Parts: sequence; structure tokens; C-alpha cells
Amino acid sequence: MQFLLILNICKTLLLARLRQSVIAATGVTFGIAMFITLVSFMTGLNKLLDGLILNRTPHIRLYNEIKPMENQPVNLSKEYADHINIIRSVKPKDRPLQIYNSLAIIKALKTDSRVLGVAPKVTAQVFFNIGETDLNGVINGIDVQAEKKLFAFNDYVIKGNSHDLLTVANSIILGKGAAEKMLAKIGDVVQATSAKGERLPLKVVGIFQQGIADIDNVNSYASILTVQKLLGESNNYLTDIQVKLKDMNLAPQLAHQYQKIFRVDALDIQTANAQFQTGTNVRNIITYAVSITLLVVAGFGIYNILNMMIYEKMDSIAILKATGFSGRDVKWIFILISLIIGITGGILGLMFGYILSSIISYIPFETAALPAIKTYPVNFNILYYFIGILFALATTYIAGFFPAQKASEVDPVEIIRGK
Amino acid sequence: MEKVILETRNINKYFHDPVTNQVLNDISFSIRQKEFISVVGKSGCGKSTLLYILSTMDTDYEGELFLDGQSMKGRTDAELSKIRNEKIGFVFQFHYLLPEFSVLENVMIPGLKLAKYSKEEIEHHAMQRLNSMGIGHLAFKQAYRISGGEKQRVSIARALINNPLIIMGDEPTGNLDHKNSDIVFDIFRQLASETGQSLLVVTHDPDFATKTDRIIEMDDGRIKR
Repeated sequence: MQFLLILNICKTLLLARLRQSVIAATGVTFGIAMFITLVSFMTGLNKLLDGLILNRTPHIRLYNEIKPMENQPVNLSKEYADHINIIRSVKPKDRPLQIYNSLAIIKALKTDSRVLGVAPKVTAQVFFNIGETDLNGVINGIDVQAEKKLFAFNDYVIKGNSHDLLTVANSIILGKGAAEKMLAKIGDVVQATSAKGERLPLKVVGIFQQGIADIDNVNSYASILTVQKLLGESNNYLTDIQVKLKDMNLAPQLAHQYQKIFRVDALDIQTANAQFQTGTNVRNIITYAVSITLLVVAGFGIYNILNMMIYEKMDSIAILKATGFSGRDVKWIFILISLIIGITGGILGLMFGYILSSIISYIPFETAALPAIKTYPVNFNILYYFIGILFALATTYIAGFFPAQKASEVDPVEIIRGK
Repeated sequence: MEKVILETRNINKYFHDPVTNQVLNDISFSIRQKEFISVVGKSGCGKSTLLYILSTMDTDYEGELFLDGQSMKGRTDAELSKIRNEKIGFVFQFHYLLPEFSVLENVMIPGLKLAKYSKEEIEHHAMQRLNSMGIGHLAFKQAYRISGGEKQRVSIARALINNPLIIMGDEPTGNLDHKNSDIVFDIFRQLASETGQSLLVVTHDPDFATKTDRIIEMDDGRIKR
């Protein structure tokens, strides 16, 4: 009853000064709409930029690195343990790149509940022979199905069909840069020579473009079997095991574990791409800083308008107090006025924000670097809408609190006698 | 003898700005039920100051104030607001209606605040009050669209909505012409005799004062008579 009375008073006061109320609410609407649009658009772009690298990067990569043994025999011997051993010109042992017992490792990884999927890979350094010249390249032998599922392989195949890698024997999908250098089209046959001198004719079934020139100039893709054949290795020869986790943040910890358990090298995505994480964080900070600024400006608008309203309403405040409303009641009247402005402005802001970001998501955005993207990326995340409405309520509450406090302290005698 | 509604004991009040100055000096008197009292005196003699202390809106004084047998000392803002709402009706020189609300709403608001009756009942009471003062036809007009005399009658209706023990007026006829002054006086007179409310009215108007039951004359912060 009391609350309804106070609410009713708020409503009448707001409607009596409709234009002022609308202007105050518009300030909030503008702030929230811009916040939603900005955050959705910025995080959409962020995701796109991160995706450029991170989509195609395994969360953990297991491989064998060519490096000298950390523990030379002399260090292991007890006899020389308390000596200072200096060994010069240590060379890496001719250790094959192959991961030992790869099939068992894959099997173990697939049963791990934290792992989303596993994709084995064989990489081979090759020369593409074009007439007189040889072109450096890397052929990645991939499990096409797993690669499609875990690393969005299909998004980057701009011509041809990745499925043909499985159905057509000795087939290859060339990187865009490599294909242009070789003037190769789909259906052409290119000659590839492995480091050990094996030569294999490969049929081009597709063109691949990741959007990063260094990668597209060098990398090509074939089935695991084709690459194993090119290298003259058996069918358990794998050089990389790519792991995608359910939670990317576990990668450093798990990489460490796998390194110990499987006795291979393990590289987590955070270590491999530290600069991308930093970039994302910095861009997020910028987004939030700009949004908060907008909301603070809107908050000052409400503060000003409420302050003005209170000066105008001094007489009414005095009357309310003289007829039995306490300072607290008066304070609540003005805080509620502020919150009503915040809620209506905020909800309208969410709607306009949604409309604006939808419009952005239809604007064409075509770039050679990003074959899968046709329009500007927008991240529609319900979380931002919650943050938006919370911001609206918090800023309007704070903006209303101080004027309301002032109103509650108005001395009615002073106003009534002051006439 | 009728019951004592309001009593003051040795009330002193000082203004400190710009220099300390005693405006009320040892004020002690009481008001009984159904009494119609006017307070007269020259400008600056402290009569309005006294009225605002009695109304509980001004709490900065020495001495004691009893309303309906209860001391008003040391009460919180919320408690005093409730007492004002329930036991005191106030009529000001300037009409002080809430301009955003209709006449009827203005009368109803203190009743809704007290919440002793349902909204329908309060509306009914408010209409009755307005009708009895001959302004029932104005009920749904906006408060700022009616004349000064009408406004003053509306504010009396508002003061009465919660059936207060006492009605206080600060120059309620000070801003009205002769005809409207008479109407207001007649309403007050009727209230005192019929519904048993006490009335305490500060006035400059000697005609008005002589017609009341008792005159309190103030001079220089003291009660002279």
C-alpha cells in the first residue's frame, strides 16, 4: 500500500514532466544501446581475430622436438657427480620425428574426459617440382574427419572439396599461395619430392586459404596415408597429435601432465600464442572503458535532471513532509523516479542495442584473408544484455541517490516560511 | 472541562544566525479539545515560529511539547512524520497543493499515507469533505487550475482527511479577499463546534481573531495575554 502510494506519486511526478523524463531516459537508452552494440561488435571482431589463429591451433600439440639430450652420460654417472662437467659441441641425436606408440597414446587421450577430440597429423617437408625449379613446401597429412570437426578445416577450403582427400588416391589440397606459384588448378597433377628423395605425383582436389600469407604460401594438405606413402613410412608413423580440450584454460596444466606420461614434447596454446591472449584482453579493456564512459555520462545526465527536478519540487517536498511523509519516504520517491528512468531507458537501450548490432551483422564484410566471413561478425551473448541492464540500474541508482538524499533533508519549515 | 490536546512547558527557542537571538521565551500554555484559538502579535514576535514547533516540523527548541499526552522530545523523523500525518492538519497561507495531482488526489494523499482505510473509503471521505465545502465539482480538476479561495478550501479538506486532533493554520486567510476569508472562518467555526477538532490559527486579521474563542497575544517572544 505504502509502496504503491509512493510509486503512484513517482508516476505522477514523472508524467507531469514528461519531456524531462524522456530526455533523462534517452540518455540511459543511448548509453546502454551503445554499450550493447560496442561490446557485441568488439567481442565479435575479437573472436574472429582470435579464431584466425586459435581455430586452427590445437589446444595441446604432442610432438618430438629435435634437440640435444638434456642429460649427457657424464652427468648421469655417479663417479663424476661432484665434478663440474663441461661438454662442448653437443649435437642432437638422430632421433626420428615419429611419436612412439602413437596409436596407444591416441587411444588413451580419447578416453580422457577433459578431451574434446584428438586429430593425428604427419608433416613432411617437400619440394614441389615445377619444371626447372623446386618450391619449398610442407604437406600436412591429416585425418580429414577429425580436422573438419575440431579445427573447422572446411571453412578454409575455398575451392574444391575436402572430402576428395579421402576418396581420391594421392590427392592434395594446395595452399593458395603455393597454388598460384605453381599455376595449379583443381584437377592438375603436381610433383612432390620428400627430403629423402621419394617422388610422388599428387592430384590437386582443392585450394586452401587460412588468411595468413606465410601459412598459405607453404602449407598444403593431404590424407595421412598419402603423406606416409610419400615418406615411405608405415601406417603408424605420426609426427603430431593435436588435442582439443573442452576447457582451453586447462591446456598448460594438461600439457605438462601429458609430457610426463607419454614422454613426448607438449606445447599448449597459451604458450604458443601468448600475444593473442594479450591482444584480446587489451581490446576487451578498451571496450569496457568506452562503455563505462558512456554510462557515466548518461548517469550525469540523470543526476542533473533529478537535481533540477528537486529544486522545482521544493514546495511539493515541503507539503509532503508537512502532511506526514518522512524524509525516508521522500528519498524513496526520488530514488524510485531515478530507477524507473533507469529501467525504461535500460530496456529500450537493450532493444536498440540488439537492433543496431543486428544491422551491423548484415553489413557485408568481405576480405581475401577470411574466406568464411561474409558480413561483420557480431557476438550475440545474453550475458552482455544482463550486464547492460545491471549497469543501467546501478548508474541510475547512484545518480538518483545523492539528489534524493538532498530532498530527504529539505527542511519544510524553511520552504514554507521562506515565501 | 474538555481534555487537553496540546501542552507546552517552558519552550525557549534561539536563532543563531547571524547572532544568537532568543525568539521564544518561556512559552507555556495548553489547548483543550474543541477550542478555537487565534494567535496574534506583531511581525517577528515569534508566533509563526511557535506554530512550527507545535506542528513538530521544527525540532530545534528547549522545553517540552506534549501532544495528546505524549512528549515529542527525542523522536525520530519517521515517528514525527507519522504523528503529523495522523494527529495534525495543517493549513498554510499559500495554498501549497501538489500541482501535478488533481484536487481529489491532493485531498486523498495524506489519507493514503496513513492507510487506515481502503482507497475507496478514503476517496469517499475526500469527496464528502469537498462537497461539504461546496467545491465537489472541482474534484477532478488539476490543482493548479482552481482559484485561490478554492485552493484554500481544498487544503482545509486535505488537513481534515485523517480526522486530526488539531488543525493548525499559518495565516490561512492572509492571502484571501474578504468573502473567501469569511468562508474559511465559517468552515473553521463549524469544525470546532461540530466535529470537535481544536484549532490554532496564527493571524494578522483582527476581525478574524475577535471572532475566535480565545486570543493568545504574543510580544517579543512571550505570551502577553
